[in-house]
Amino acid sequence: MLKKLVLAAGLTLGLVSGGLISGGLVSSARAAGDAAPLPNQTWGFHGVFGTYDRAAAQRGFQVYKEVCAACHSLSLVSYRNLRDLGFSEEEVKAIAAAYKVTDGPNDVGEMFERPARPSDRIVKPYPNEKASRAANNGAYPPDLSLMNKARVGGPDYTYALLVGYEKPPADVQLLDGQYYNKYFPGMKIAMPQPLNEGQVTFADGTPATIANMSRDVTVFMNWAAEPELEKRHRLGVQVILFLIVATGFFYAAKRRVWADIH
Amino acid sequence: MSTTAKQNGLVKWIDSRLPIFTLLDHSVGSGYPTPRNLNYFWNFGSLAGVTLIVMILSGIFLAMNYTAHVDHAFNSVERIMRDVNGGWLIRYIHVNGASMFFIVVYIHIFRGLYYGSYKAPRELLWILGVVLLLLMMATAFMGYVLPWGQMSFWGATVITNLFSAFPIVGEAIVTLLWGGFSVDNPTLNRFFALHYLMPFVIVGVVILHIAALHQFGSNNPLGIDAKSDKDKIPFHPYYTVKDLFGIGVFAIIFAFFVFFAPNFFGEPDNYIPANPMQTPPHIVPEWYFLPFYAILRSIPDKLGGVLAMFAAIGVLAVLPWLDTSKIRSTKFRPVYFWFFWLLVLDCFVLGWAGGKPAEGIYVIVGRIATAYYFLHFLVVLPLLGKLETPKPLPSSIAAAVLGSGAAPAGARMEKP
Amino acid sequence: MAQSANQAQKHATATGETRRDFITLTAGAMGGIGAIAFILPFINSMNPAADTLALASTEVDIGAIKVGQSVTVTWRGKPVFIRHRTEEEIKTAEAVSPAEMPDPQTDKDRVKKPEWLVLIGVCTHLGCVPNGQKVGETKGDFGGWFCPCHGSHYDMSGRIRKGPAPRNLEVPQYAFLTDTTLRIG
Repeated sequence: MLKKLVLAAGLTLGLVSGGLISGGLVSSARAAGDAAPLPNQTWGFHGVFGTYDRAAAQRGFQVYKEVCAACHSLSLVSYRNLRDLGFSEEEVKAIAAAYKVTDGPNDVGEMFERPARPSDRIVKPYPNEKASRAANNGAYPPDLSLMNKARVGGPDYTYALLVGYEKPPADVQLLDGQYYNKYFPGMKIAMPQPLNEGQVTFADGTPATIANMSRDVTVFMNWAAEPELEKRHRLGVQVILFLIVATGFFYAAKRRVWADIH
Repeated sequence: MSTTAKQNGLVKWIDSRLPIFTLLDHSVGSGYPTPRNLNYFWNFGSLAGVTLIVMILSGIFLAMNYTAHVDHAFNSVERIMRDVNGGWLIRYIHVNGASMFFIVVYIHIFRGLYYGSYKAPRELLWILGVVLLLLMMATAFMGYVLPWGQMSFWGATVITNLFSAFPIVGEAIVTLLWGGFSVDNPTLNRFFALHYLMPFVIVGVVILHIAALHQFGSNNPLGIDAKSDKDKIPFHPYYTVKDLFGIGVFAIIFAFFVFFAPNFFGEPDNYIPANPMQTPPHIVPEWYFLPFYAILRSIPDKLGGVLAMFAAIGVLAVLPWLDTSKIRSTKFRPVYFWFFWLLVLDCFVLGWAGGKPAEGIYVIVGRIATAYYFLHFLVVLPLLGKLETPKPLPSSIAAAVLGSGAAPAGARMEKP
Repeated sequence: MAQSANQAQKHATATGETRRDFITLTAGAMGGIGAIAFILPFINSMNPAADTLALASTEVDIGAIKVGQSVTVTWRGKPVFIRHRTEEEIKTAEAVSPAEMPDPQTDKDRVKKPEWLVLIGVCTHLGCVPNGQKVGETKGDFGGWFCPCHGSHYDMSGRIRKGPAPRNLEVPQYAFLTDTTLRIG
């Protein structure tokens, strides 16, 4: 009986891990295509008990707001969501109120501008894709809401890309408006190096090095992509513990019922 | 009618007018005599049933918040992930449930192959299973289109274009599938409608599948017919409790993916909204289609590839007549044993090759694996039945399990 | 799951071969709890989502509403009646003795500033929108609103006076942010 159990479990694991390996190979092949392999980073939000570092995420939001937001939208996130990062209701209101959104039509049928409210989505730098291409040399700065889920490597990719700007090797020809980044597929990227030393001033005194800013904004972007992560991890631990105990009882019950068969 | 006869008055009153309790009892209750020696591979049928229920349930609640329109589909899915209460949980259950469903069903199929469950008199049971696999594939494909990400869109484009391979009517079929000149809003709308419908069609075929199963009862690891009562035990409580344990183990694995690796089976590209103007550099189907995708790509001819892919499933439907061996269980087929595991390996190789770019060594490996896949069914199985000398079969299940002449210690099959 | 486990016990008891013991009972209970816990998030997903709740308040500019005029604004998907009442209307509303009404309430309890009446424009009977907002619409026997569905008459304070509706028109939570800005919710 136990032998069969082990056999069944073995085959299941075999099939699953086979899938995992081929899945992994597929991904790594894609990442390795024509870019440098991504260095593995340690993130506080990884792992079974992973959570977001609130201070880092708040600093990351500051980096997004003061640097990235000049070109990149974050269209799936609302100001009210920032409460998750530890901002108070008043702070969120103040952050939102600094932006203008178009609302309307009003009683005379005209659109009008009003300060943003917590329930509004984070205001986009450009009204649409065409406008954003026109302002950026034909390139389209993608929306960052899901960036950490939409790239192979996730946060490791985002971080590597932000710190990966280098002087191009002699044999690489760059066109006007192209920059060299060894972690970008094809290594030629239309985004100029976005972060420079001391570009923002953190209120908590964290030195604004490129590495620090990149790390913090990656944490923030991961929160933007997976705001449910902490709830997911917490619930997951509870559910799996329950299931393990329940399955133990199911197995004991099975043994009892089958006791007279063997 | 063993258990129900002892039930309370209300149950008796209803059952005499509408025998649902009798039906249940005969399907999964004490009124269904089952071989006493089923191993844990026989759990995967009930696991597939449980997964189907989980998929339908989570799907219905997702549909309550989903918008089948090209302008809103992607954002409505993200709204489910961000704003709907527990929406992320429901979506991740549904997304990973699809992968779990295929893992369970593929194991279920290979169990059938190993123990010869497709052989007479269970041919129709097996063919209904092949129909279920086809329905599942169609459902999964259309479901994958709904979030309207890059992979959704380009998957839909590539797969619907398969039909353009057919001469004369091909283009017309594709236009009909699309409802336009490309994959667009009408396509998304009909895929949603059909994706909602198909699971209920699957439920219908599952009922037929179970009806066919009960005609001759379950096969068993020995592959010999259960003859006397000593060979059988009632499904309930023995296999209900065993299935319950199986469900527990399955739920732990399922939950692990839902909570800690929810995007493991997915493609990052599908978190980019669909863009009909730009194909992602590497498009691959979901993992469960990869072996078939590899077969499609190994034939250098468009129509030939499509036909080979459909033939890969079609050949399963005629399997009961391709296999000439009368012995069901591979336990007693020393040569087929190796071919079976070669086929398992071959399917993994196909899956691996299908996930690689269609170039160089991957194409060659894919072609060899495709060749073996068809050779296995069309050449090896027909010949092997005639050439192989099987090991001697035990005289009965009870004899094999308990040792000959052993007392039927646990036989408590109740006669109806 | 739970049911099958329960039946397992019933079967066992009935056949008298095993007793209903702790393990099978617990296994059944765990199965039942698991199944129920699994269903709950699905049910809960039907409650208002976070983005819906975030829109739960709305601001209205009431500066342009003249005395005697009514406007209808949307709040939580429902019509809200805002009426700038005349002196006469206020007097009538205040003069009536609430004792003889189906849902007794004084006018003072229903307004923050007597000249502004704010009501959810949904009949408390079965949810229709009462008439009386537009000029020329039937206002009912008491000069307020009249629900065309089943004939409920509301007065100048939105109180039910005649007809099947059990309660007065509901007054939403609201606050005057300035003299001309009203926040509902």
